[in-house]
Amino acid sequence: MALMLLLAIYFLLPVYFLVVAATKPQSDLASTNGLALSHFDLFSNLSTLFSRSDGIFLKWALNSVIYAVLGAAVGTLISALCGYALAKFRFRGREFLFSVILGGVLVPTTALALPLFLLFSATGIVNTYLAVFLPSIVSPFGVYLARIFASASVPEEILESARLDGAGEFRTFFSVAIRLMAPSLVTIFLFQFVAIWNNFFLPMVMLQKESLFPITLGLFEWNGQTARAPLLQESVITGSLVSIVPVIILFLLLQRFWRTGLASGALK
Amino acid sequence: MTDIAPRATRVVESTGGRRRHRGGGPRARTIAAFLTPFFLPFVLFYLVPVGYALWQSFLVVRRTGGQYGTSYTTFGGFEQYTKVFQNDEFWSSIGRIGLFGVVQVPVMLFVALIMALLLDTPLLKVKSFFRITAFMPYAVPGVIAAIMWSYLYSPQISPLVDGLKGVGLHPDFLGPGAVLWSAANVSTWLWTGYNMLIMFSALQSIPQELYEAAKLDGASNWKIAWQIKVPIIAPSIILTTVFSIIGTLQLYAEPAVLRQISSNISSTYTPNMLAYAVASGNNYQQAAAISVVIAVITFVLSFGFMRLTSKKAGL
Repeated sequence: MALMLLLAIYFLLPVYFLVVAATKPQSDLASTNGLALSHFDLFSNLSTLFSRSDGIFLKWALNSVIYAVLGAAVGTLISALCGYALAKFRFRGREFLFSVILGGVLVPTTALALPLFLLFSATGIVNTYLAVFLPSIVSPFGVYLARIFASASVPEEILESARLDGAGEFRTFFSVAIRLMAPSLVTIFLFQFVAIWNNFFLPMVMLQKESLFPITLGLFEWNGQTARAPLLQESVITGSLVSIVPVIILFLLLQRFWRTGLASGALK
Repeated sequence: MTDIAPRATRVVESTGGRRRHRGGGPRARTIAAFLTPFFLPFVLFYLVPVGYALWQSFLVVRRTGGQYGTSYTTFGGFEQYTKVFQNDEFWSSIGRIGLFGVVQVPVMLFVALIMALLLDTPLLKVKSFFRITAFMPYAVPGVIAAIMWSYLYSPQISPLVDGLKGVGLHPDFLGPGAVLWSAANVSTWLWTGYNMLIMFSALQSIPQELYEAAKLDGASNWKIAWQIKVPIIAPSIILTTVFSIIGTLQLYAEPAVLRQISSNISSTYTPNMLAYAVASGNNYQQAAAISVVIAVITFVLSFGFMRLTSKKAGL
């Protein structure tokens, strides 16, 4: 119990520090104890954060939301289609395709980013939204999960009877299977959402235009400038807090889903 | 059902000469329509870049007539790879990441396993609090986690450094000997809870009867944990190890952030940082060779580990 408490403190400490630091004026950061509150300046910190460089932080936040929500939505749909087909249709080469996808899980995504950059610069999509969005929709792990979920939650009998009623395969998928798979699709969406939200290397390689940055890359750039512009420190801290709180809340609300996701990831 | 099924099969068969699969499954074209939305981007953004990196890594840029001549690209065989292996910076980045992984991965997974086992015993109260607390860092991007910790490491701001000074210690988290472990701590903070939950979920799927039988035989809780639970969840432990190996070899964000405040991290500190630095210097072919080497090492280590351990665990 004591050990668990110690670990809980360890996990909470940086976030607690961040919350406290975000409420302080810049001048108090170094001069007061980092774990105790001083002047409550959170609101003025927030307004500085959002007004800095013509509100670029809000732009970054929106970009992160666009990349992560759209990327995960499209990614979940195509993973679901593919995983469902791999689970429910028998065809030649099925196992081969599945092992290619599993191999994809093992490919380090940072090793993909550089060659992708070269390919994208040849086609001119470097430095656009698409350069980050397109690679993000591919999630081999999502297909792997979708296959497991489809075999577990879509009974053959239902598919058979839908076929007897004359429904096409797509109709069956969209009106029957997708409903049965819904909780697991939320899981896939969540994992892919976090993966895209947290991604840093891909946008860093692809983007030069600040206005296209996601939050991670933007804060990284600001953090690099704090040596020259110490006043940025408070905004980096407040910005970090703003970027993690919504995701943590999302996770608290959707606990049920990530727990099932982890459980089936572990079945293997 | 039994009386309808054969008739249905007949109807299906009579809809034309196309071959039908067992169980009245869809035609090849329909199957392709399900698979293409994933496979098209998968091929374009996964397989093609891998192939492209391989191809690039076999090219070299040469110049005609000295340093200022026109450059041209030509096939260079294994020249780029020879250069990678002769590059001292490459070996020191590998050495560093090796040291990092050999220490960080076992420590993290051991802590994760202990936590999972503790959460699985009836001894512990307020389980969901601990579970959620430990998993929370998963929602924090690596860059942000590194920024948060870098404030806790920085001597001017950190309450930790202040606190330790109070008891007579003067830690230098960003010093040449310590900074690697400061980065390791960020990774540990980020991923322990995630790994713990994978193990915990596996523990929860073990049927309770097994424990009752063991208890009747007089086994202690400790014995049950190490001799029954751990072997059963071995596949999950292997899975988390493989993910951790992949993660370690990809390390980029954490050292890149710490580099912003510590002069003890070079621009070529990890293999990925080296690849990026080389690519920024416009030597794409060399960067491609480095990426390929990193990917191959990742594959060999993860597959090797999986095969080795699954044989031993008798899976």
